[in-house]
Amino acid sequence: MKFYDLIWLIPIFPLLGAIINGLVSNRLGLQKSVTNAVAIAGSGLAWLLGWAAIVQWALELGIHNTHIVSLFSWFQGGSLRILDGSVAEVDVAASFQLDPVSALMVAFVTFVGFLIHVYSIGYMHDESDRAYARYFSYLNLFMFSMLVLVLGSNMAVMFVGWEGVGLCSYLLIGFYFEKEWCAAAGMKAFIVNRIGDWGFLLAIFATFMVFGTLEFTEIFPTAAAHPETYAAAATVIGLLLFVGAIGKSAQIPLYVWLPDAMAGPTPVSALIHAATMVTAGVYMVVRCNVIYRLSPTAMLVVAIIGGLTAIIAATIGLVQNDIKKVLAYSTVSQLGYMFLAAGVGAFVAAIFHVLTHAFFKACLFLGSGSVIHACGGEQDIRKMGGLKKYMPTTYWTFLAATLAISGIPIFAGFFSKDEILAKAFEAGAGDLNTFGTTYYALWALAVVAAVLTAFYMFRLVFVTFHGEFRGGEEAEHHLHESPWTMTMPLVVLGVLSIFGGLIGIPGKLFHHPEWNLIERFLEPVILPIGHAAENAEHLSHHAVSLGLEWGLVLLSVAAASFGIWLAYRFYMGAGAFVRPRLLAERFSFAYRLLLNKYWVDEIYAATVIAGTIKLSRFLWEFDARVVDGVVNGTALTTVGSSFISGVFDLKVVDGAVNLVAKSYDVASREFRRLQVGFTQGYAMVMVFGAAVLLGVFYLVKL
Amino acid sequence: MMDFQYGWLLNMICYLPLAGALLMMAFINKENSTGIKTWATLVAGLDFVISIPLWFLYKPDGVEFQFATQFDWIPSVGVQYIFGVDGFSVLLILLTTLLGFIAVYSSFTAITERKKEYYISLLLLQTGMLGVFCSLDFILFYVFWEVMLVPMYFLIGVWGGPRRLYAAIKFFLYTLVGSVLMLVGILTLYFYNASGLAAIGLQGLGNVPTFSITHLYTIAPLIPSEVQFWVFLAFFVGFAIKVPMFPFHTWLPDAHVEAPTAASVILAAVLLKMGTYGFVRLSLPLLPEATVKAVGWIGVLAIIAIIYGALVAMAQKDMKKLVAYSSVSHMGFIMLGLFALNEPGLRGAILQMLNHGVSTGALFLLVGIVYERRHNRMIAEYGGLAKVMPIYATFFLVITMSSIGLPTLNGFIGEFLILIGAYNHSWVWALFAASGIVLGAAYMLWLYQRVFFGELTNEKNKDLADLNRREQWTLIPLIAIAFWIGLYPKPFLDRMAPTVDRVLERVAVAMPEAESAAGRVAELAVAPGEPAAGEHGE
Repeated sequence: MKFYDLIWLIPIFPLLGAIINGLVSNRLGLQKSVTNAVAIAGSGLAWLLGWAAIVQWALELGIHNTHIVSLFSWFQGGSLRILDGSVAEVDVAASFQLDPVSALMVAFVTFVGFLIHVYSIGYMHDESDRAYARYFSYLNLFMFSMLVLVLGSNMAVMFVGWEGVGLCSYLLIGFYFEKEWCAAAGMKAFIVNRIGDWGFLLAIFATFMVFGTLEFTEIFPTAAAHPETYAAAATVIGLLLFVGAIGKSAQIPLYVWLPDAMAGPTPVSALIHAATMVTAGVYMVVRCNVIYRLSPTAMLVVAIIGGLTAIIAATIGLVQNDIKKVLAYSTVSQLGYMFLAAGVGAFVAAIFHVLTHAFFKACLFLGSGSVIHACGGEQDIRKMGGLKKYMPTTYWTFLAATLAISGIPIFAGFFSKDEILAKAFEAGAGDLNTFGTTYYALWALAVVAAVLTAFYMFRLVFVTFHGEFRGGEEAEHHLHESPWTMTMPLVVLGVLSIFGGLIGIPGKLFHHPEWNLIERFLEPVILPIGHAAENAEHLSHHAVSLGLEWGLVLLSVAAASFGIWLAYRFYMGAGAFVRPRLLAERFSFAYRLLLNKYWVDEIYAATVIAGTIKLSRFLWEFDARVVDGVVNGTALTTVGSSFISGVFDLKVVDGAVNLVAKSYDVASREFRRLQVGFTQGYAMVMVFGAAVLLGVFYLVKL
Repeated sequence: MMDFQYGWLLNMICYLPLAGALLMMAFINKENSTGIKTWATLVAGLDFVISIPLWFLYKPDGVEFQFATQFDWIPSVGVQYIFGVDGFSVLLILLTTLLGFIAVYSSFTAITERKKEYYISLLLLQTGMLGVFCSLDFILFYVFWEVMLVPMYFLIGVWGGPRRLYAAIKFFLYTLVGSVLMLVGILTLYFYNASGLAAIGLQGLGNVPTFSITHLYTIAPLIPSEVQFWVFLAFFVGFAIKVPMFPFHTWLPDAHVEAPTAASVILAAVLLKMGTYGFVRLSLPLLPEATVKAVGWIGVLAIIAIIYGALVAMAQKDMKKLVAYSSVSHMGFIMLGLFALNEPGLRGAILQMLNHGVSTGALFLLVGIVYERRHNRMIAEYGGLAKVMPIYATFFLVITMSSIGLPTLNGFIGEFLILIGAYNHSWVWALFAASGIVLGAAYMLWLYQRVFFGELTNEKNKDLADLNRREQWTLIPLIAIAFWIGLYPKPFLDRMAPTVDRVLERVAVAMPEAESAAGRVAELAVAPGEPAAGEHGE
């Protein structure tokens, strides 16, 4: 059996699960156990089939062969004359592809997705049967969309998944829709994402106009073979695509939806808003790496946005008190790292970080869910503390993941983050695309962000798990470790947070480049551009000597250690909380600035949102008064002029008629007086009249 | 050009509702409300059933107009009775018969007074609409075009809301102004073809006098530009009012708000399509030169409609008015696609006509359902309905997603094709028009949030009943079609393709290949490699 020919089934399993749980179980009033079975089967089968297909594909066809399964022609727009003067058919296929990067994504999305389904069984236990089924239906639907996104073999199919995950994100953020702010957060996420989708759509159209196709396997080889021809087009397409990535992956200036997205249930935050969906933007940039490599401008923009997001989100994370908010800003910041990697041309490092981040961030979110669960829904870390002794499994896995994100050697995040920092430095040293100085600056920012990351993460660990419990006696009685359905995924992810990075050992440092498995695996995705000879000079790793590379490793370890030490000084031992309070008092403006997230939400509310609403109200007034006013005015004029002509008709036209009649009336009345019946009178008038007539004749004759 | 096979079928589809209405008038007592409803449902249902064969019998690779009928009607002036349809009309006929049936079926409990007259009006309206899509003679076309107005006038004026008289008269007069201008245009073409317009110093062709649209197609390239310009303008006003295009749209919100639910559904789903139908059937193929010259202006008006309609929709406090303004925005997309004058644009526009019929029709049904329960359409009166009416909330969500163009649902395919067509014409068009998808999501989701989410605070909403079986079945066919078009639109696109190709062929007369090809090549010289690769077009 050729599992790789069945890759289209991978998303179908969770789709079926979503349909059954969404439509059927509500009607039949089924128990939670049935919902569980359906949902777990949906995600579990996707996981099994996904892995089977990948393994078989890699062994039988080899990773250099992109395997495409085309189901049917989805929609046909007819022919269009494209930019090079030729005529291309708009014929979009529903088709999927398996290549190293989609394989890697499928592998971890199905796996992490499955774990989070299991975790959700424990976490969502208290919901009503109906809400429970609804939850799993959405979660399965998300798996479907995400898998379509990563498996799609052309931009349109990718866009299906892209919008699909947005819909599921909307539904799950607003899962507790009776709370106004949850629903509002969902709406915000969807609309902000749509701004990104606007860019993505335009990128799709631009791509078609340039290449005459939307299939990845046709676009990239063409572009790579003629770098000069497509350089300008690549800038346009690359930047438009990146607008999409900025929305989906929560980068400046569209990151504001992600922290609000924490309104959703915590497993959702772990799966969608940390491990998978938000990395879709990174996936897309890596998928389109050929386009970006043709355009130094697009690369630079990606790197700058990524670097700035990494540092700004990290600074906000320093002072937040909501456990999930800290993690949310941390996610934004880590996504910034991934884009920085892509922007310096380290596409493998970007995907590597997507992978390790999925492990440790999912672990952190699930851990925070476990904590919130134990604390009865409390999310404020100031009301926690000392949880270590009540929930050891949660603590140890959380600690492992924290060490990973901080970049402590051996732990997963160390390898990927170090790779990104090294590549950013190389870009500076090698003067990549002549923007060396900028890349140096971005590298420096990233190192600072690494210190901040270690600090805020250990702040979280110390404040939450160490010291004394500060939530009151009542709450303390309820503290407990979570059930196995929740701790099992924690342990698995915790272990992966420790060892998951070993697939990307920087073998170069040991003169064994072949140790870096992920780089070798993804190599087919990074197509050589133009002629191989020209290509060589672009490789910047000669710019940095081996010794310097080791120095960089030490520097990043030192940065992490410094951050941890600082957090320890601030939040542990006798003087805990004293220093941060003093600092907050002394630099109160800076503190409030960070606490209020630079007031970015407020600024947006006052400008973009208020502006749009004001404009819409103004236009509505305009429509009612001016546009419709003209219509009503015309009507009024018509009615008015018809009234006047009515009056004219009545008084003048009809008046003339009546005047004639009246004159007869008057005349006849006057003349009647003459006819009163006196014969003498008649005779007199006759004589008189005859005399007058005679007189007239006489006069006329003369 | 004409295939007369099954001509009787088309006539039957068109006149069955009329016959049903006459029979009801004659034989069913006005007190017998069950009888009236059953009969009307049967007639409308049967009409839909007998229109289904058109879907299968229409041959996309056959001659242009099929199922034709032709005979002399008023021979002295050359008026004929010509019926005949192409794939485009077939799709619109099916849309009409389906929504006609749904309109009848959805009215059972909404209409409590003068039931007999109400259903008679609905059926008469249906014959009028179908006649427009079938007619291939200008006078016949015009007769049906006007016949349509009367029942709709009564539907709004008699069974409407508090300001029904104002709305009905506004609707009637406004569209009448347009159709009278259209008549002037028709007569101009007629006189040009037959005897020349000697009075204004123009020579005609001296052909046999005829109102046959297919004949006029053949003389279209010969019509001088001055004549084309004035006729185009006359047609434009007539159709633009019907579409309605900005700034002729203000009758629409009033008519929609006052009309009873079923009339709103028909108004949005079918009547608005008359305008765009007119552009495709008449303006583009008959007046190619004027069309090509008008592209720039109409494109701008369409983009204004997209953005303006969406923004004004956002400010609405009344659900029905919001949906009405969203129609203005959606119809802007359709106009943009039509005047991109390329295959994807035109196909997308035609598909979007169906999509708008399905999605907006369903939205009016949905608003009507909650209006029937509460007799209130103000958004502020609601909130938290998802808790008491979960099925309703689900249906509403699916239709919302269809309306905002979520992939796998119908709206996406239409918008995608329209936008890629628009991009091909001018990237600036696409840039602005695509912002409609952001604004569309904003006003629809905001509406959804205010109606369905949040706490259920209004006492009056606490015991609202969820959808009953009949209400569900008015919506299920529309949702099924939304998914069908979203997932596998090929059957629809295949059926409209010949129409699109022929229209473009006829327009191409005015776009000499030399001009367009040379223009493209000139652009190409700058395109890849040099600065403005994506910035081609106008």
